[in-house]
Amino acid sequence: MLTLSHFLILGAILFCISIAGIFLNRKNIIILLMAIELMLLAVNMNFIAFSHFLGDIQGQIFVFFILTVAAAEASIGLAILVVLFRNRRTINVADIDSLKG
Amino acid sequence: MTFEELVFYFFSAILVFAATMVVFIKKPVHAALYLVLAFFSSAGVWLLLDAEFLAVTLVLVYVGAVMVLFLFVVMMLDINLAPLKEGFARYLPAGILIGLVVLAELAFVFLGDYFGPEQYPNPGHHPADYSNTAELGSKLYTEYFLAFELAAVILLVAIIAAIVLTLRPKRWSKYVSPEEQVSITRKGRVKLVDPKADKD
Repeated sequence: MLTLSHFLILGAILFCISIAGIFLNRKNIIILLMAIELMLLAVNMNFIAFSHFLGDIQGQIFVFFILTVAAAEASIGLAILVVLFRNRRTINVADIDSLKG
Repeated sequence: MTFEELVFYFFSAILVFAATMVVFIKKPVHAALYLVLAFFSSAGVWLLLDAEFLAVTLVLVYVGAVMVLFLFVVMMLDINLAPLKEGFARYLPAGILIGLVVLAELAFVFLGDYFGPEQYPNPGHHPADYSNTAELGSKLYTEYFLAFELAAVILLVAIIAAIVLTLRPKRWSKYVSPEEQVSITRKGRVKLVDPKADKD
């Protein structure tokens, strides 16, 4: 029988893979954005699992809003990426140092 | 092993494999396609949890819109991949270490006695005439109506922001920069000439 732990562990594995992905691909903004999407997927997995096992639909409503905001975030992030590439001809994070931060 | 467990492990294995490939593969196009696979298989897992509407939304919105956008951007940009991969081997031990540490911490919590079958017994599935969409809608349009409207505003802001960011002004339009307009001085515009009167 499937328990809540199954789904929580699956979400945790996904989350850890995406954390490792952010560390490994820190030069490439596109992969970074994809890793963030994976993280959001892991969080959504937890929300839906709890929603099912507690018999409460509010978790699914939260996931609905997370999906909305994630779609908005992805579109704006990619738009910024396109503008960045147009101006600097690169998407390497190491080259984005105009602010000398 | 019941059929349900079989389905769960099947989709989970594909999901974990696809997620691993997303972060380890070299080409961004392949990473985006593996992310599509990850979204599909997690939609399958969500179906096991009676979240039909969200599973379909994930496929329609993420695979249909967001990932297409990703692929579009990846294919539009002419990226030189060589410098983007240079730190990969150097960060590999640190990345895997931190991933494993976070996984161990989460596993301590999730595999403890807090989320077992005694505390959260499996509630089973809803009857066949249960509509997940109707249930979500009746909550969303009553209790969460303000949040729903705000989500619509966020999407509108995202549309406008994406368009404004990527819009290039047309070169042939008769647009005058305000900076040039306000920095006009009298000297640049008015030329005084001294007309010579005719003799006769």
